[in-house]
Amino acid sequence: MTEVSTPLEKQRSRAAAATKRGRRTAAGQGFGRPSVTWALPGIIFFGLFAIVPMALAVYLSFCSWDGLTSPTLVGLDNWTRLFKDPEFRQAGWLSLLLTVISWAFQTPIALMLGVWAAGRQRNRAVLSAIFFVPLLLSTTAIAVLFHSLLDPNFGVIKEIGPWFGIDPNILGSSTGALLTVAFVGGWQFMPFHTLIYQGGTRQIPQVLYQAAAIDGAGPVRQFFSITLPQLRNTITTSSVLMIVGSLTYFDTVLIMTKGGPGTDTTIVPYLMYRTGFQSYDLGYASAIATALVVVATALSLLMVKFSGFGSMRSTREGM
Amino acid sequence: MSAQLNTARPVRRTRRRRPKGNPLVGLGALAWLVIVLVPLYTLLSSSLTRQEQALSGNPLAFPTDPTLENYNTVLSSGFFTLLFNTAVVAVATVAIVLALSVPLAYVAVRTRSRLSSMAFRTFLLGVAIPAQAVVVPLYLLIAEMGLYDSLAAVILPTAAFSMPVAVLVLTSTLRDISEELYEAMGLDGATPLRMLWQLAVPMSRAGISTVAIFSALQAWNGFLFPLILTQSEEQRVLTLGLFNFMGQFGLNVPALLAAVVLSVIPIFTVYLFARRALVNGLMGVGGK
Repeated sequence: MTEVSTPLEKQRSRAAAATKRGRRTAAGQGFGRPSVTWALPGIIFFGLFAIVPMALAVYLSFCSWDGLTSPTLVGLDNWTRLFKDPEFRQAGWLSLLLTVISWAFQTPIALMLGVWAAGRQRNRAVLSAIFFVPLLLSTTAIAVLFHSLLDPNFGVIKEIGPWFGIDPNILGSSTGALLTVAFVGGWQFMPFHTLIYQGGTRQIPQVLYQAAAIDGAGPVRQFFSITLPQLRNTITTSSVLMIVGSLTYFDTVLIMTKGGPGTDTTIVPYLMYRTGFQSYDLGYASAIATALVVVATALSLLMVKFSGFGSMRSTREGM
Repeated sequence: MSAQLNTARPVRRTRRRRPKGNPLVGLGALAWLVIVLVPLYTLLSSSLTRQEQALSGNPLAFPTDPTLENYNTVLSSGFFTLLFNTAVVAVATVAIVLALSVPLAYVAVRTRSRLSSMAFRTFLLGVAIPAQAVVVPLYLLIAEMGLYDSLAAVILPTAAFSMPVAVLVLTSTLRDISEELYEAMGLDGATPLRMLWQLAVPMSRAGISTVAIFSALQAWNGFLFPLILTQSEEQRVLTLGLFNFMGQFGLNVPALLAAVVLSVIPIFTVYLFARRALVNGLMGVGGK
């Protein structure tokens, strides 16, 4: 059970390592420490194109701006509008729904495939390589592909749909369109989450399984009593990535449904795009974007907090 | 050899089989395989079908007389411009990401100053910033810089948004290089720059290639930044081109799918050569 060290133990060992190194430096043996200035170009660049825009988005959310004239401050107008806007409320609800559906759809399958792929079955490598392919396709390519496959007149759905009792005009129905968007996202990102679970499973100490086997636990018992609890942090990582991923879904919706039918797949990022770059209401779009970041960050932090998953630093330990 | 061991020692056998090949899970994996393969198969077969047949025939059947005509249509519709632009974006993005992230990660690992740990934390936070959140201000920023509708407008933000993951991966690889090696080099009188170039970089090749492939993939597949920050046909990248083909080809689905296939071929080629680095890199994102 040595791998399962408590945060406190980790802290202690880290502190010990630090003092050891510190003493070495103090004794004048810290060789060739680079100057901090080496990091400056990277920090400035990232600041300019990521941090500054983020701050600017918050500022613009208090402005009225049509993209042509310069932004004018309007105070809380955009924000009060946001809280009253039925379109935003619907978009928020749809985003939440999409996130929940995506999570519930992807997690069990990715977990299953990941644990499976971590094993030693024959043909596993070949199959894993095939599973991986969707990840290579761009979201755009995938959306274009599925848009064609799901064409009610000449797509595959015309043939396959009836076998499963699916109406070929699935993108024309409001529930169908949302489920399709979730499915297409799952199709694309499942291999990624499978890899995460595969990596996590590989790191579970084999001793645990040996002990369980000696105690007479079968594969199912082993899965629920060892694999699942040991993958707790992996599940958190994967879930956080899934939540942020589906909250920021955009390409698929733009290409496959254009937010429709009606506004039934107009999720928050698409609403932001429409407001900002089609209605040129960029101040309000910034408010929507800021709200999105706040919610996504809050959800991630909550998940991390509740599962007691501290840092992402040691992700590659033992690989 | 393992077979011999298995028959000789039953205890070992249970260990080797871990986790046991559960038939139900195997079946599930097979089902997902079908779900992955059917769209891919249809993609390929449709791209080889003549347009008339595509509209009338069964899309699941393999074309009776396959044709490359659709590929010709796509290649003569300005595909090479798209390919060239995308390649420029990908190469420049990788170059910028590596040039800026390697020294940054090196500083984060090797100095224990307050500033470097603060910078590192900021980058960790950066992982959480979605591109959607910043496109409006980026649009303003890029326009102010006079870069709107240029490839640079796509390259700069794409590189910036690849940096958090790059720094994360690089710090974890650099951290594995033992202090003794630096000391040995230091005793020989090496400067910090030489240590970076002759020790840290060669020893963290795996991490560096992961970062390179990962950011190239990001750049190759990026859609939102090109959509918002470019406009003219000359600056169009592949993903936007595909989106545009949807309107241009209308009902010519085979041509559209041929374009999708063509857009994937370069990535697929890279994947064939760098599969291990890519898979290991992605696996490392989750970890335990």
